[in-house]
Amino acid sequence: MQFKDYYAVMGLPRDATDAQVKQAYRKLARKYHPDVSKERDAEARFKELGEAYEVLRNPEKRAAYDRLSEHHRAGEEFRPPPDWDAGFEFSGAGPRAEGAAFSDFFESLFGAAARGGRPGRAGAERGADHHAKVTLDLESSLTGGARTLTLRIPEFDAEGRPVARERMLNVQVPKGILAGQTIRLQGQGERPAAPGAAPGDLYLEVEFQPHPLYRAEGRDLYLDLPVTPWEAALGATVKTPTPGGPVDLRVPPGSKAGGRLRLRGRGIPATPPGDFFVVLVISLPPAEDDAAKAAYRALAQALPFDPRAHLWR
Amino acid sequence: MPSSVHEILTGDILEHHTGLSVADLGRLCEVEDRQIVELVEEGVLTVLDAGAARWRFGGAELRRARIAVRLQRDLGLNLPGAALALELLDEIEQLRRAVQDAAR
Repeated sequence: MQFKDYYAVMGLPRDATDAQVKQAYRKLARKYHPDVSKERDAEARFKELGEAYEVLRNPEKRAAYDRLSEHHRAGEEFRPPPDWDAGFEFSGAGPRAEGAAFSDFFESLFGAAARGGRPGRAGAERGADHHAKVTLDLESSLTGGARTLTLRIPEFDAEGRPVARERMLNVQVPKGILAGQTIRLQGQGERPAAPGAAPGDLYLEVEFQPHPLYRAEGRDLYLDLPVTPWEAALGATVKTPTPGGPVDLRVPPGSKAGGRLRLRGRGIPATPPGDFFVVLVISLPPAEDDAAKAAYRALAQALPFDPRAHLWR
Repeated sequence: MPSSVHEILTGDILEHHTGLSVADLGRLCEVEDRQIVELVEEGVLTVLDAGAARWRFGGAELRRARIAVRLQRDLGLNLPGAALALELLDEIEQLRRAVQDAAR
């Protein structure tokens, strides 16, 4: 176990006032809060911060820690000396990220008693529920199927540094699940403390990786479909990919760029299923050779067309 | 860990459950029922059938409730502050998606 420098964690000098400790915590908490932050190691940083704050905000704990740290440096191998805390009384519960185990360093000094209880009513024996975010490929929702998921569980390593432990899980992804929905795996949470009691559940909040063709909005899927100007103008039947396989899509005459065609019920196979929207993108043929240029000139001759007329009204 | 890697676990989609109660949300968020009721009164959570004697929540409300509870607890926000933050987070998420779509 290594000695942790809680002042460094919070970016504070040793003589920081209570007000400065609180201010630093608030500021860093907003920066690293996992619900707000996009920093990759936000969750681990936030837990480390919570632990440092729990010590420095509490006069007794801070005084005891200060006395210890006169003789220890951060990262140094550390065992708490016996009676190190004599004369200090620790009480009160601090803010704790849920499910967070504080580091061994913290636990060895302040012990589980210092953690403070939350009004947990899960029943004393039942294991805690765990929550995690997972990123799935869209196909796993379209067809359903088993996927190996890697969960990152923030905890502290032997040296007391925050790390993300990885847990592998094979999960049957329910067909038709949508981004933002939650898969519940019963009994895959924390083991119960008491033998014979039920383990907690594991809740997986789903998001999708970007798909090369489709984008999902709720239960609907969108595809940008390039068409030629004449297909849009005259109408055409265009072979179009959909999750259920290619279809012959009828583009009606007089279609405009950005026009949407709906294939009802061909989106994500949720209950009820979403729709599949084709967004027309008009693609201009390049005018690279003489024949193409001649064709464009002929079109210009035949079609007097001013796309900018509305700018000068 | 309770499961080995080779076993394939089958779960259910929480949002398909329309039967979450105030007590269920309280247990899953590790707060008193009172705080769940306050989240409803603040407009953070939506009740499925507001007229019913016993409130029922869709599974999607769990995520919102958990974020609102965490923001209050971890950042010292009061309830209206957490509600505002949640709305702004929703808006950022929508904008981020719009930017991603526009960049395609």
